[in-house]
Amino acid sequence: MAERKFGWGKRSENVLIGKSIPRIDAAVKATGAAKYTADTNSKGTLFARLLTSRYAHAKLTALDLEAVGKMPGVKAVHAFKEVGDEIRWEGELIAAVAAERAEQADDAIKALEKATKFEVLEHFVDEADLAAAKAAERTKGLGKANKGNVEEALKTADAVHKGYYGIHTISHMCLEPHGAHCEWKGDDLDVHLSTQSVSGTPGQFAEPLEIDASNVTVTANYEGGGFGSKFQADEWGIAAAKMAKKAGRPVRLMLDRATELKVGGTRPSGFIEVTVAASADGKVVAWDSTHWGTAGIGGGGVDVGQLPYPFDFPNLSKAQVGIACNVGPNRAWRAPPHPQLCAITQPALDDLADKLKMDSYDFFMKNLEFTQHGKGEVYAEEMKIAAKEIDWKKKWHPRGKGAAGPVKQGLGMALHTWGGGAGACNCTLKIHPDGAVESFLGSQDIGTGTRTIICITMAETFGLPLEGVKVNLGSSKYPASAPSGGSITVGGVSGAHRRAAQTALWKLFDLVAAKYKVEPDGLTAKDGNILNGKDKVCTWKQACALLGQMPLEVQGKGPEKDGLTSERVGGVQMVDLSVDTETGLVRINKFVSVQDCGMILDELTAKSQVLGGLIMGISYALTEEQIMDNKTGRYINADLLNYKLPRIGDVGELVAIMYQPDSEYDRGVIGLGEPPVIAPGAAISNAVANAIGVRVPVLPLTPKRVLDALKGGQA
Amino acid sequence: MSSFEYASPRTEAEAAEMLAAHAGQTAILAGGTDLHNLLRAGVIAPRRVVDLKNISSLQGVSMVSGGLMVGALTTLDEILRHPLLTPYQSLLQVADAVHSIQIQAQGTLGGDLCHLPNCWYYRNGYGLLGKEKGESLVAGGRNQFHAILGNQGPAKFVSASRFAPSLIAWGAQVRIVGPDPDQSAMVPLEHFYVTPKSPNQGVTILQPGQFVSHIWLPEIHDELASASYEVLQLEGLDWPLASAGVCLTTSAGIVREARIVLGHVAPTPWVSHEAALALVGQSVTDDSAASAGEAAVAAATPLSENEYKVQIARTAVKRAVLRAMHLLQGVS
Repeated sequence: MAERKFGWGKRSENVLIGKSIPRIDAAVKATGAAKYTADTNSKGTLFARLLTSRYAHAKLTALDLEAVGKMPGVKAVHAFKEVGDEIRWEGELIAAVAAERAEQADDAIKALEKATKFEVLEHFVDEADLAAAKAAERTKGLGKANKGNVEEALKTADAVHKGYYGIHTISHMCLEPHGAHCEWKGDDLDVHLSTQSVSGTPGQFAEPLEIDASNVTVTANYEGGGFGSKFQADEWGIAAAKMAKKAGRPVRLMLDRATELKVGGTRPSGFIEVTVAASADGKVVAWDSTHWGTAGIGGGGVDVGQLPYPFDFPNLSKAQVGIACNVGPNRAWRAPPHPQLCAITQPALDDLADKLKMDSYDFFMKNLEFTQHGKGEVYAEEMKIAAKEIDWKKKWHPRGKGAAGPVKQGLGMALHTWGGGAGACNCTLKIHPDGAVESFLGSQDIGTGTRTIICITMAETFGLPLEGVKVNLGSSKYPASAPSGGSITVGGVSGAHRRAAQTALWKLFDLVAAKYKVEPDGLTAKDGNILNGKDKVCTWKQACALLGQMPLEVQGKGPEKDGLTSERVGGVQMVDLSVDTETGLVRINKFVSVQDCGMILDELTAKSQVLGGLIMGISYALTEEQIMDNKTGRYINADLLNYKLPRIGDVGELVAIMYQPDSEYDRGVIGLGEPPVIAPGAAISNAVANAIGVRVPVLPLTPKRVLDALKGGQA
Repeated sequence: MSSFEYASPRTEAEAAEMLAAHAGQTAILAGGTDLHNLLRAGVIAPRRVVDLKNISSLQGVSMVSGGLMVGALTTLDEILRHPLLTPYQSLLQVADAVHSIQIQAQGTLGGDLCHLPNCWYYRNGYGLLGKEKGESLVAGGRNQFHAILGNQGPAKFVSASRFAPSLIAWGAQVRIVGPDPDQSAMVPLEHFYVTPKSPNQGVTILQPGQFVSHIWLPEIHDELASASYEVLQLEGLDWPLASAGVCLTTSAGIVREARIVLGHVAPTPWVSHEAALALVGQSVTDDSAASAGEAAVAAATPLSENEYKVQIARTAVKRAVLRAMHLLQGVS
């Protein structure tokens, strides 16, 4: 018998893989039948509310939970802090109550707030002002890196550009806030958790609750957005479990919107002063930068390692300074920290191109040889495709030299890269004797189509329709799988399922071969039948009936180095936009993304990922921003009115082109969640500069910053 | 949200009586799109909420001698659809620019006129004047959305009403009922708003026990043209960075009379006689419209972070003037 090897089938023979297939859970989501953690409401569930600090920095001097515990309807109280504790940011959790009714919980929090006292301490919240941070002794050097001889290269360069750029902190703004529903059944704890990690969180509950992890079941059937901020049980999740224990009743604790913005995760800011230089032919010869920003009270920020992004120029000097700000802690935000790296690198390069009087396209093309990870040739192909789609050569004009009139059109581009290798995944795949197929895994569908691509993988392998297979995920009682973050899920789950499915199929083929006296090597599964060459041997159901009474159960795991999955993607984004120079408003006309990502399981889902990334990118490029008030130390726009998010009318025409030559198919599956969100900030900033002839240095490009830049002031 | 009494009067007189009961501690509910947020955030904590929605006389639009009476409960959606309101183009433009179907369906004209400021210091519990320990948080604070005109006193927020600029340009009046159940008075909308000197003064002349029952609009005639222009950052529900409502009377291509009112630039809707003067006697051109915009902001006193709003207000006036004469081109 020939050696049986894991692998994907021939591209031309795929029935499902690579086609555009709607999500299998689209209808339940669209109709509201899908139940999220925030919807979980088992009988007797108590309402929980939080007391948070209105001060950015303070000492807690009085906290009396006893009186509140006796208020009407209150069933449990929980203290996150004790008298004497330091409060380090506005929104930091102080106490929680669980009550019969939401209003009773509100009343209890109000009473608690009155009785809680603070000694207010000095705060610092200005992430952009390096001089003020130094004066306040809030800075910390976070590393330097050098390569070559920058000083010498700058001396001999033909063009040198000095610039300042920045990108403010944003919050994740998950539509479904962080939170948990906790219910005890004897010593066992059932948690519905809005999480990106069902397998990774039971232990986080068990330890502080002093129970075994085996007593904890974490469930997450649907997820209303995580973006990297939902890998933890979190102190509020533990509090919900503790209050549920005390009350002997289930407790649901979801963060309110303001608290979600303040403590549910932020993306670090980055501000940079950079000198960048090129030779007359447009090749960059040197990069010299200092950048700063905050990741919260711990300082931190955008890691210096990957600057300038995604390039490696011959001469480099770079330094990073962290600022300790009294703001809520950062959490991973989709492709950390690439969007910021891109936004503080590529506008500087684009300005250098302008200094050289070069078309940005030609300039970037010229410098592809310096891109990291050997992706230069693919970038070049992607640039050609994107330029054609957006009509770059026809529409491009030198900076600020577009048509007359108050509304100025401009083009900009940027490029990006990401790993996206497969994460750990274990699954159990069962083929029942009646032909039914299902799998179990402790992964989660965070809205990215994980269920759909698992079913496509199984159905393609078995030659069944999508409806012929079923996936069970979202429970920590299923085989452990990695958290969904960093674009590692699609490779992890599809690789494990392909391995399990091929293994199972081979076992079935052996049974069929024995029964029908054919060679197992010649068998394939297609259209619900087992074929020998072109001849039908039996139906899928007849084959499965050979299993007898017991289902066939196969464990799948990964990742393996068997070619089913790999890593490292790249992409090019180009944007055509208009700037109203009389109002400072930026409108996207057309946004083109050309993206490579290995083999695509579901083109519709892949494109959806890209479109979502573009929209999220347009958001942080144009409107989205944490606004801190220096005087009060508060996150002053922590609401859905002033934390501005674009609507569909704001995003323009989005074009997602998947770069799919056979060479990509042959790379196997690679994750796509992060990459498309990386470049929009830089691409849009570059297009605005092209439109109006002036760099607006700091994102988001609000009307204020655009008009200030046009006026020649500091944006 | 604190507990409160809920009162549901059936007549205007009943409403005035119910509003008078806890003087100064009642809130009026119409569409609820603002009140609900204020209550939930604990910015206000009334003892009684008086729901006007069941007072039938506050609904509908009717012709009266010399103009129209528009019930305060008229929703934005009704404004967009009512045949009698079609000629009042600027009002339709405002209703349309709200963009949110939900707010258009639920929000009322009276509620818009009485909408409390969106100032984030106010909404975060620092009072109408945005003060902490007697010091203004707005001056030198995060004031990018605050006033550029009329901001030299303690009030630095901007009036939230979206319809007031256009209505004032039309010369609209409001009918105020109360505090005596049988008492009512017509007041020019221009005089309805006040710039508070103290946090408890409020933003309108309404006294405890009073409410707006109707908005009166003058008759239209052929030589009248109106328009609104709001500068909005987002296509979804968003508040203007600045806006302008204009009403022009023209004959033989020359502006004979102009009423130009700015919104979201001052603690009240801002009537700009300077802008009107710049236009009267001129034909409407890009240049004359720009002059009107220039005149409207000549006296602006921007705060530390909102100088850009001067430019935006200037543009809003210019574009509203051009739009009124159907001359606005090349911009959205």
